[in-house]
Amino acid sequence: MAHGPATEWKKDKSSSLKELLGKWMFLLYTLVYAGFIFINVFSPEFMGIDVGSLNVAIVYGFGLIVFAIFLAFAYNHVGTHAEELLCDEEEVKK
Amino acid sequence: MNYTASPLAIILFLSFVATVLGISYHFARKTKSASGYFAAGGNIHWSVNGIAFAGDYLSAASFLGICGMIAVSGYDGFLYSIGYLAGWVVALFIVAEPMKRLGKYTFTDALDSKYNSKGIQLVSAISTILVSLFYLIPQMVGAGSLVTPLLGLPHWAGVVMVGIIVIIIVATAGMTSTTYVQFFKGGMLVVFSLTLVFLLFSRGISTAPDQGGDVPYHNFITLEASLDKTGKIYIKDPSYKILSQIDADAKGKKLHFIRLEKAGLPSIWKFNETKSLLEETLYIENKKNGEALYNGAKKEEGKFFQVGHMSEIDGKANNKTNTLNTMSFIEKIKNGTVVRWNKQVVATDDGKISIFYQNPTPGKDILKPGLKFKVDSKKGATTTDKIDFISLMLALFLGTAALPHILIRYYTVPSPACARKSTIVAIAAIGLFYVLTLYMGLGSMVSGVIDLTNDNMSAPLLAKSFGVTIFAIISALAFATVLGTVSGLIVAASGAVAHDFMDRFLGRNMSDHAKVKAGKIAAVVVGAIAVVLGILFKGMNVSYLVGWAFSIAASANLPAIIMILFWKKTTAKGVMSSITVGLVSALGLILLSQETYNNVYGLVNVTAPVPINNPAIISVPLSFLTLVVVSYMTQKKKERSK
Repeated sequence: MAHGPATEWKKDKSSSLKELLGKWMFLLYTLVYAGFIFINVFSPEFMGIDVGSLNVAIVYGFGLIVFAIFLAFAYNHVGTHAEELLCDEEEVKK
Repeated sequence: MNYTASPLAIILFLSFVATVLGISYHFARKTKSASGYFAAGGNIHWSVNGIAFAGDYLSAASFLGICGMIAVSGYDGFLYSIGYLAGWVVALFIVAEPMKRLGKYTFTDALDSKYNSKGIQLVSAISTILVSLFYLIPQMVGAGSLVTPLLGLPHWAGVVMVGIIVIIIVATAGMTSTTYVQFFKGGMLVVFSLTLVFLLFSRGISTAPDQGGDVPYHNFITLEASLDKTGKIYIKDPSYKILSQIDADAKGKKLHFIRLEKAGLPSIWKFNETKSLLEETLYIENKKNGEALYNGAKKEEGKFFQVGHMSEIDGKANNKTNTLNTMSFIEKIKNGTVVRWNKQVVATDDGKISIFYQNPTPGKDILKPGLKFKVDSKKGATTTDKIDFISLMLALFLGTAALPHILIRYYTVPSPACARKSTIVAIAAIGLFYVLTLYMGLGSMVSGVIDLTNDNMSAPLLAKSFGVTIFAIISALAFATVLGTVSGLIVAASGAVAHDFMDRFLGRNMSDHAKVKAGKIAAVVVGAIAVVLGILFKGMNVSYLVGWAFSIAASANLPAIIMILFWKKTTAKGVMSSITVGLVSALGLILLSQETYNNVYGLVNVTAPVPINNPAIISVPLSFLTLVVVSYMTQKKKERSK
């Protein structure tokens, strides 16, 4: 039995652009995440420094969550525009 | 702690179960083909799929385990939230669209799309089943934890109940019903968690939390005492009779406890050397004949009370705040002192005693890492401790995009663009929820709701402190959380058995009808195994157990997925070897770790051969390395000569 995709669609001409953007965004987030782990391991006291009514640990932790959401929306924005520009209307099913 | 069921909780719970089964029955009539059963026909709207992703992912580990861990260990529990969410970045930027392009029903399809290799079909099917089983254990443990306060039934009854309901859901309508159950539950969970946090802020924090007036605050007292040079404790209050002294060694530190009796009521106290005072403890005495006494009485007598309070708010011992907000809630905890509870197990002639003693901790320490994970060298953290921590964070980051029940959800939408959009909806919903876990966990920590015998119940018990209605809704949702996640895992495992193993590896060329039938039988078998494991692993923190599943998934599946997508020299044998090495090494390291020795085998005083508890830092690179080496060794001659 064939084991191709469950649904059929044509070639996505924007895929290489999205792939490149995805790799860079992944790398950027990985660096920020690695920085968080690095500080936790090598300078845990730094995490306790006050930042207003919060501290570095809370701000960095919330920041990682918010940054992921921000990057996700940015990626989708660029990806959707790339699909609209580079692909015919029926090429990428919405 | 002793729980009694409320009629409202039972009615709401039954309504949820009826809704879930109704959804399954509705879609059962439409699910006849293999595509419908394993991939919901690939016709789910991306927004529904995105919330269903959240439903899949916000499992018992997220809701029960993380909140429980934060309630007990502060910020360290929140590290799981951060790691779990970060994993979605890998899923979105690296995996989502390519997985959709390459696969059909299972992630084995995507791995094998270039090769049509029997070896890949077999090992990735085995990997899917094993990862699913490891992920199923904490879900079932969570189900057992929930059913006790909700319905007043024992742990095993909850596990069996979830097993039966889930088998019905999956065996009737497969991925379609699972998707809509997840959508329903994922959306409700986020909305009601927001409600719970809003209620928490409205009530504020008190140094004498009384659960909104429902449960009187237990006022902890102290007794004047002294310790002589021989280590013997003396007390000044003659109304107490000394029964015996218990000395214990807590990682090199001497702890002194004393058994007292007053008016026929036994109690155990801990000697505070700095203040020369005896402080109240809670304790559980497990006798060799199987009898268990909670604070010297049977469980039903309710002597073992809930704990968790601040001893100081803004420097004052008797204090209460007004309504708080997202910032001031954190600030009050940061500037105060929280009474946490440490556990010391002591062997006796007649069995063992688990003593829970007070550990006042500055709020500043609660809100930074180090209470559960040792990371600070000044507090005795070793290099091994630090490597263990890095390993856990690595597993959480890389594990998400390799979980079978997450990967199969990419096949339920019509296109790669929809796969991307549904991942983004998931990230937004999951991100919001994980921010809420910090407030729910810290709220439990200071609201007098922690059950020391089961930290998994912290979030539902926090809800209970606001009334039985919100408790019933939150508990029913938590139960639905388990149902949904277990359903997704069982669909993934049954797909691996019916599609990957029977149809493709064994080459049976099954008809659609036969494949669906095989999938349903596999679902029943996997469900039954999950029930047994859920009963056996009772009492372990569910988030910790999920960490294992992430490690195995990250080690076995992710290197193969990434290299197939981004390294053209990857060969079938390279993929096969990578999955095998990742799976065996991660599993082997977990089974030989100290935590497994202590908590699973019960070998408390035995040193395990593997010093770290989280294997990803070894097993993930090993899996990548294996793939590269084996792929180079198995290149076709023509390509090798280039």
